[in-house]
Amino acid sequence: MYLQIVLLILLITAILAVAVIVGKYMAAVYKHERSPLDFLKQVEHFIFRVGGIDPQQEMTWKQYAVSLLVINGIWWILSFALLLLQGSLPLNPAGNPSMEWSLALNSSISFLTSTNLQHYSGESGATYLTQIAVFTFLQFVSAATSLAAGVAIVRGLARKASNSLGNFYSDLVLSVTRVLLPLCLLAGILLMFCGVPMNFNKPQSITTLQGDKVTVATGPVAAMLPIKEFGSNGGGFFGANDAHPFENPNVASFIIHVFMVLLLPAAFIFFLGYYINQKKFSRMIILIMCVGVVLLTIPIISQEIAGNPLQSKMGISVLSGNTEGKEVRFGSLLSSFYAGINVAIPAGTLVSMHDSYMPLSGISMLLGMQIDAFFGGVGTGWINMLVFVIIAIFMGSLMIGRTPEVFGKKITMRQIQLAMGIYIAQPLICLGLTGITIFAYNNLNAAGAAPAWFSNNSSHNFTTVLYEFTSSFAGNGSGFEGLADNNVFWNLTTAVAMMAGRFIPVLGALAIAGIMLRQRPTPYSAGTLQTDSASFGVMLFFVMVVLQVLSLFPALVLGPINEYLTQLS
Amino acid sequence: MTTRSNKLFEPALVQTALKESFIKLNPKVMMRNPVMFTVEVGTAIMLYMSIYSFLHTGQGSFSYNLIIFIVLLLTLLFANFAEAIAEARGKAQADSLRKTREETPANVLMPDGSIVSKSSNELRKGDYFVCEAGDTIPTDGEITEGLATIDESAITGESAPVIREAGGDKSSVTGGTKVLSDKIKVVVTTEPGESFLDKMIALVEGASRQKTPNEIALTILLASFTLIFIIVCVTLKPFADYANTPITIAALISLFVCLIPTTIGGLLSAIGIAGMDRALRANVITKSGKAVETAGDIDVLLLDKTGTITIGNRKATQFWPAPGVLPEDLVKAAVLSSLADETPEGKSIIELAQQSNMRIPMTAPEGAEFIKFTAETRSSGINTTDGLRIRKGAFDSIRNMSVAAGNKFSPDVEERVKAIASNGGTPLVVAQNEVVLGTIELQDIIKPGIAERFERLRKMGIKTVMVTGDNPLTAKFIAEKAGVDDFIAEAKPEDKMNYIKAEQQAGRLVAMMGDGTNDAPALAQADVGVAMNSGTQAAKEAGNMVDLDNDPTKLIEIVEIGKQLLITRGTLTTFSIANDVAKYFAIVPALFIASIPALQSINIMHLHSPESAILSAVIFNAIIIPMLIPLALKGVEYKPIGASALLRRNLLIYGLGGVIAPFIGIKLIDLLISLFF
Repeated sequence: MYLQIVLLILLITAILAVAVIVGKYMAAVYKHERSPLDFLKQVEHFIFRVGGIDPQQEMTWKQYAVSLLVINGIWWILSFALLLLQGSLPLNPAGNPSMEWSLALNSSISFLTSTNLQHYSGESGATYLTQIAVFTFLQFVSAATSLAAGVAIVRGLARKASNSLGNFYSDLVLSVTRVLLPLCLLAGILLMFCGVPMNFNKPQSITTLQGDKVTVATGPVAAMLPIKEFGSNGGGFFGANDAHPFENPNVASFIIHVFMVLLLPAAFIFFLGYYINQKKFSRMIILIMCVGVVLLTIPIISQEIAGNPLQSKMGISVLSGNTEGKEVRFGSLLSSFYAGINVAIPAGTLVSMHDSYMPLSGISMLLGMQIDAFFGGVGTGWINMLVFVIIAIFMGSLMIGRTPEVFGKKITMRQIQLAMGIYIAQPLICLGLTGITIFAYNNLNAAGAAPAWFSNNSSHNFTTVLYEFTSSFAGNGSGFEGLADNNVFWNLTTAVAMMAGRFIPVLGALAIAGIMLRQRPTPYSAGTLQTDSASFGVMLFFVMVVLQVLSLFPALVLGPINEYLTQLS
Repeated sequence: MTTRSNKLFEPALVQTALKESFIKLNPKVMMRNPVMFTVEVGTAIMLYMSIYSFLHTGQGSFSYNLIIFIVLLLTLLFANFAEAIAEARGKAQADSLRKTREETPANVLMPDGSIVSKSSNELRKGDYFVCEAGDTIPTDGEITEGLATIDESAITGESAPVIREAGGDKSSVTGGTKVLSDKIKVVVTTEPGESFLDKMIALVEGASRQKTPNEIALTILLASFTLIFIIVCVTLKPFADYANTPITIAALISLFVCLIPTTIGGLLSAIGIAGMDRALRANVITKSGKAVETAGDIDVLLLDKTGTITIGNRKATQFWPAPGVLPEDLVKAAVLSSLADETPEGKSIIELAQQSNMRIPMTAPEGAEFIKFTAETRSSGINTTDGLRIRKGAFDSIRNMSVAAGNKFSPDVEERVKAIASNGGTPLVVAQNEVVLGTIELQDIIKPGIAERFERLRKMGIKTVMVTGDNPLTAKFIAEKAGVDDFIAEAKPEDKMNYIKAEQQAGRLVAMMGDGTNDAPALAQADVGVAMNSGTQAAKEAGNMVDLDNDPTKLIEIVEIGKQLLITRGTLTTFSIANDVAKYFAIVPALFIASIPALQSINIMHLHSPESAILSAVIFNAIIIPMLIPLALKGVEYKPIGASALLRRNLLIYGLGGVIAPFIGIKLIDLLISLFF
């Protein structure tokens, strides 16, 4: 086991090393400086010409935001329509049916918002056409949207007394051609070597050694996997996601998956450091994020390795930890490590069943998704981090007798309003929707009409509901998977959470960038709060944790802590 | 100033403040402070619950509900008291200044030349009045004729009399001060009730107090936290029902009030008022709360050399005749050219001449024409009717004049000039009919302790700039000796302005102090402009602060007051939020322990009972406000130890301290309460 831990640490170090290079490369790409893939200019020019776009045209933050919304709206309408009609469209060798309207709505929003909450199972709920034209396509463009928004916000910090955030379409296209596609192509080929299928065959019938007949689904899996991880999306080709042997056949593919999940969120922070020339700051942020991920993951690992006390009471060996819901080829340690990484980064891909984790692991999972900035998603992680940075700088600057400024740009009333708006949206939506759900259940239950969309009455089930909404808002998309979630109630409520969790932070942060853009920075002096100092780093870390724990604590007590303590006694 | 007191709680003020605390319960007034307004709503609900529990069962005992109601009401009153006492102190301070100027008889000079006695209240802007030795000046004004020694101790507390005279930068007089000698004619510059002091009093009083930008931003931050805790508490109700642990309204409201940042919410306006009050105690009248706040942010400080860095003015210390010129001739010419020179340098030349045992006539010949100093000629002098042209001025301007007239400029004089300049002195060269007679040496004396103050400013991250009319060589010598970071030599009024603009263009905030009319544009341009009370009306109008002491080093104090104000806000916000950790551990187990006994293990403080736990938390939350009032009024001390060290220090004291303190406080209160329950 210690060997495994050492190897995991080496793996993370290697990922960070590659992230530095990718970050530097991205800075060149988005600054439109010379970079190795400049030969793709022809392709990009073609795309711009076809789309009738002038990539040189600079946009204000409002124009940038409107462009983002409009094109997202178009993608959504097309996806929604395709899902509603998929049963009668080509590339459907398995003969799967069209989606019910609320499921189609939920699924299209889910992939549009990079959440990839899947209330359907890919094997039976989607066709090869929708897997490619809806899900894989949306995974690319939603990740590119995240990157473009993140880049624009970094520009807001970098530019001085200006009005333009850059060109949204140019950032969007470059994100696909220069960052996402090359990485995905490389990783997809590697995954095929690991045994991930890439074909358009019908599901195959196989007679097993036992003699039963099973139907084995395949399809263009290797095309979807890389973008699902690189883009912090997380929507698997199959219902079982990364636990499925065709998505994640062995430890080699497991390592590639970890690499893909972590690379771009980490690279984005290095990119930020290069872009605004604050390398020390970006290293500090990376350190905070690493510490956060480690502190979230250690409790999960230790809980799962220790195994279930109820089992040991019954005299059952727990030497290999809590193995319920885990794949034997990965075991407790790798499964819980992967779970930790995937709640911190809202890819939310799973190699195991989160529902079966020990109660206290649930605390780490909920916190990780709620903070959503210990790396967080590609581009969006930085948006969430920026909100925490603004709040921490506001309080820290006052404590040293300065009016607050971030990289020399004054934090005015407007920025605080917007930052706090983004910050409030999270508990408002997650706690609010959980509250409404529980309130409705309480009343229906008291009236003797317990609804079908809610299974049993336990603290564990409470955690499941909270998890579902938190995961939807955070764009994580993983589920406790204990819910009967494909019905109108869950499809609509989670759709609301996903839309809010995607567009409130993105639009709010663009507005903040718009204000910062216009400002002329105050030069650094000995009286300025040093945002790259250890003191500020420690403060930022505590602000992130304390602010989130404060809004979540009562819910945690009634959910996981209650379950854990009751289990003990 | 006899009425000035440093005691925080004077009985008379406390009494007014107590009364005000109840008046301020008016919801319309409370609405200005969103955090405390929600507490008021909670208090109202608890009043209803007290009555409800008297008549019904199921929401806890009547006495328990009533006690919670009373504690919440006290929380409100404590917060109101904090604001009221800050207001009362500020008002008392301002009143004591205002008292000096009420109902003084004024000898008003009518347009026809007659003098009528009127009450000072009847004086209008533009009226003229005269004051003689022994009179109290009825209102603020500017001397138009004459010169007088004035006792300003009523305003500044400084007993040494000062000289105020017409024309020049020390022409302002303040109402309430006393004329000791001579007679002056003064024009009234303000309408009654519109003086700076009146404006300041209005700022302190609730009615016209505007929240500063930073205060608004902080209020938004605090209101957002409040909103989050509303969400937390409202959703907790169904959550608890679902877990079969119904919670009482009293418990829910207690949790809410404890979680929202009432500590900073209750003290916020008191901190702001106390900041202006501290400025007033330092004898600085601020025209807006924002100015005090901005002062804490200053990056660049423009200081006049004279009076700030050096003591008083340059003084003539020596006459150096040119080779072959008689000392008497030089001194005589120097005196003649200085007779009409109102500058302190000019006067000091005459003083030095009087001290020499030469007998020099001290009156100007009949019909002589005085040439005033201008920035262009950089010399002044006299032309007499018998054809004598005497000029004294900067070395190069006199040399140019002399060389232009075809005269040779003595290398000895040139050497002397260099020697004086390199010693930090200022050479004035005297010429008669374009022939150089010699040099007058003027010397500066740097104030003791000023170098240490600049060092302190440097640690705060503030760049100091010395402004002087001296030549660059002299300026550099003094700048180095005093330890300023930069200097503007041979400064013309527009140089100051340009320097400020350039710094502002680069994003820096600039503060300056000035008194003269030609300082007015720069005072207006600067982010913090402090006008001296002795300065001209134009200067006072242009700046955003007025220093009653006319003390040029006051800027340093103002910067520290500004920083203190922000630090107090920041540290108390951090403290307030850090407190929530302990409050959660007190209240949350208490809420659910009855139906989920396993939660006993998170009752880490081992509080006596659910009721005592909730009560202790609410009581702690209430009494922390009055306990922190002294800190809010005095301000958290600013230490110039570098940004990171200061952050570390305040994080440890108020962040970590804010986490630990309530654990101890709540446990102690619980021990006490458990004696009764």
